[in-house]
Amino acid sequence: MNLWYALVELLPFEWAAPGHMFFMKNALLAVLVITPLFGLLSTMVVTQKMSFFSDALGHCAFTGAAIGVLCGMDDPTAASVAFAIALSVLFTWVRHRTTLANDTVIGVFSSTAVALGIFAATFDGGSFTKFNSYLIGDILSVDPATIGLLAVILLLVVVLWIVSFNRLLLSSVHPVLAHSRGIEVAWEEGLFTAAVAVVVTLSMTWVGLLVINSLLVLPAAAARNLAKNVRQYHLFSILGAVVCGLAGLFTSYYLGASTGASITLYLAFYFLLSLAGQSGRR
Amino acid sequence: MTIHKHCGDNCHDSCCLQITGLGVVSDGRTILRDIDLHIHCGQIVAVIGPNGAGKSTLFQAILGQRPHTGSISFQRSGGKKTRPLIGYVPQSPAFGKGDPVSVLDFFAAAVDAHPIFLPVPKKLRQRVAECLAHVHAEGLIDQQLGSLSGGELQRVLLALALEPLPHILILDEPFSGVDVEGELQLLLLLDELRRTFDLSILLSTHDFSNLADYADKVVLMKETVLKVGTAKEVMGSPEFARVFHLRPRKEETP
Repeated sequence: MNLWYALVELLPFEWAAPGHMFFMKNALLAVLVITPLFGLLSTMVVTQKMSFFSDALGHCAFTGAAIGVLCGMDDPTAASVAFAIALSVLFTWVRHRTTLANDTVIGVFSSTAVALGIFAATFDGGSFTKFNSYLIGDILSVDPATIGLLAVILLLVVVLWIVSFNRLLLSSVHPVLAHSRGIEVAWEEGLFTAAVAVVVTLSMTWVGLLVINSLLVLPAAAARNLAKNVRQYHLFSILGAVVCGLAGLFTSYYLGASTGASITLYLAFYFLLSLAGQSGRR
Repeated sequence: MTIHKHCGDNCHDSCCLQITGLGVVSDGRTILRDIDLHIHCGQIVAVIGPNGAGKSTLFQAILGQRPHTGSISFQRSGGKKTRPLIGYVPQSPAFGKGDPVSVLDFFAAAVDAHPIFLPVPKKLRQRVAECLAHVHAEGLIDQQLGSLSGGELQRVLLALALEPLPHILILDEPFSGVDVEGELQLLLLLDELRRTFDLSILLSTHDFSNLADYADKVVLMKETVLKVGTAKEVMGSPEFARVFHLRPRKEETP
């Protein structure tokens, strides 16, 4: 971390001066770690038509936290991560064993999880207000340990991408063909959903539950409008996420608004631009 | 480039696919039973039958994706029995128009381990271009999948099925979603491929209009094989009329 602080202090901002504003320096590093991560995961969320699923995961992460608090944990992060992973695995399992449409299954899971979360949060006359920070997000809650953990996850996701992206793509673009070529992606899909679950849960307290799904949908949605092949798709998604993330962080700092919301608004603007770019192309 | 010796009706020292007594039961319902089929290399065999006749299931069984009774054996030229290498062109879903997946991406993802979200090496691009050239589709390499016409998409899938070069090529409804011009081109291409590579080609179709022009053998099936023969023989048979609910021809009274 000291190396990072030393690096940031070279920047020409008043908050970058040595010795203070560590939260902003942490936040900058956090944004630089999570935005490429979200940009990368986003490409698959959009390709696999899972945007509703990732939204549901956010709700489940909150439920895990509420259960953790109910069980008397001071820091319910571990509980919410465990709950989100369990739910994503269960969801993948149910999805492959039912004839119901995907969005129906997600609807069942999402509403159940939210109900369970509210039940746990308000159990025995508890007040919901202590969970408000989850909904809106608080960039002050960024701590170096979580950033380190997310950096490790970023690395793991890149490895997963290198090893199994081709197979995941083929099975989502043309499942029958993939099957006929002996491509089975059950465990890769499980790992991918688990990765989404962990990332959503760990960054939920910074970005805010209500807008976190935008980070998983908008970068790739915009990139999809602009890209002609898989390489451009990844480039536009990751680049868009990083640029909007930085712009959102600075805007929120100088205007004093929520960081998650600021990033989302920039991403929405990026999406609008991509729509214009798309209609210009056709 | 010939991988098989050509063979006649005698399978003594040539290659052939032999299906004997094949049956498939799913959830207690019989989908296929007592299927006997014999396909020689270099032949185009068309499987016809009404919807739900089990054509796709038969293909899945041959591909080894469906548990079945009976036997499917393949004999290479020279009499050695092995597992056949099968190229499969599945029925295709409609791709999203804006999917950011090019033909190169799709093809490379299927035939190579190189992760395609990274820059594609020249060698791989060249390999894909060569495969596409087999089906005269090298010009499509940078097109998006969603922008291909039905016929173009079939060509790309066909090129994919030929990599690696199979013994048998199976096409499930290759002409659905393909216009008349595309169908003709596809047929010419199949004929060319069969000659170049001496492949057995097995396809299912609902289009009987030019069956007689290309199919060496036509198989009429519904649950089991009802009639095998030339297009003329099969389409003139009472089984054909019965299956497709055609009015039976007036029998000549003696």
